[in-house]
Amino acid sequence: MNVYLLCFILFLVGLYGVLTRRNVIKIIIGLSFMEFSIFLFLILIGYIEGGAAPILSKTVVTTRFVDPLPQAMVLTAIVIAMAANAMLLAIAVRLYKRYGTFDIRKINELKG
Amino acid sequence: METIISVILIFMILGAIYALHARDLLSALISCGLVGYGLVICFLLLRAPDVAIVQIVIETITLIIMVSVVLASTRHEIEADAGQTGKTSIYKIWGSMAMVMIIMLVMFFTFRLAIIHLDPFGDHTLRMSRAYLEGAAERTGSANLVTGVLFDFRGYDTFGEATILFTAVIGVLTVLRLRGKK
Repeated sequence: MNVYLLCFILFLVGLYGVLTRRNVIKIIIGLSFMEFSIFLFLILIGYIEGGAAPILSKTVVTTRFVDPLPQAMVLTAIVIAMAANAMLLAIAVRLYKRYGTFDIRKINELKG
Repeated sequence: METIISVILIFMILGAIYALHARDLLSALISCGLVGYGLVICFLLLRAPDVAIVQIVIETITLIIMVSVVLASTRHEIEADAGQTGKTSIYKIWGSMAMVMIIMLVMFFTFRLAIIHLDPFGDHTLRMSRAYLEGAAERTGSANLVTGVLFDFRGYDTFGEATILFTAVIGVLTVLRLRGKK
């Protein structure tokens, strides 16, 4: 149970960064911490004590495997998170070219 | 196992806190990489080698993109405004800090209530995964069960993932095009 709570603390650290930092890059870093904690939480849920990695082979004879379903879903989620991060970074680059700063207090004009 | 994961997680949390408070954006990104690679070690310990491999690749690519963005712009963290240290702004800062703390405390205790009914760590009940594990090699023809789930049982999810990836690429190209429309 402690592991779950620590995992959620990592999520809260990311949330704190998103809520309090003023630098766009720091906000993106905080978002990626939130993503990391979610991935780790899903993998932790699927773990079985003494289970083998879900790969069949002739040398390992066991029927006790770790749950493959959260692993497959997290695999998908990691790639999607990278796509979202790349999109955010592209917008950050564009904002820096337009305003010359990463400060979100100065980025306040709604112009195209 | 729980102890090792906890120790790595504590290091990751420390790295995350440093990343959010670093004065230099480049060192913040390096601490971000520390958190990401700590996650890789956790995945390896939790018997998820496929996820660990993907995380290594993705973390490296993301770090390279982020470092190139930071090097092309500025490395300095934004300083707090010196002129705005009046009485009202201090009250404002403490008010918003208290709000953030209240939100985080509420979320923490809600989460603690929510995980009471979860299985304890390392004791997964295998309700759903039994169907994926039994006879998966014969049905999917793949020795790697994660690949079997990803490309056979849940192929539509992977299809959607590829769609999102291409949409993101198109979005990045659109945002970063050299000249905007007049």
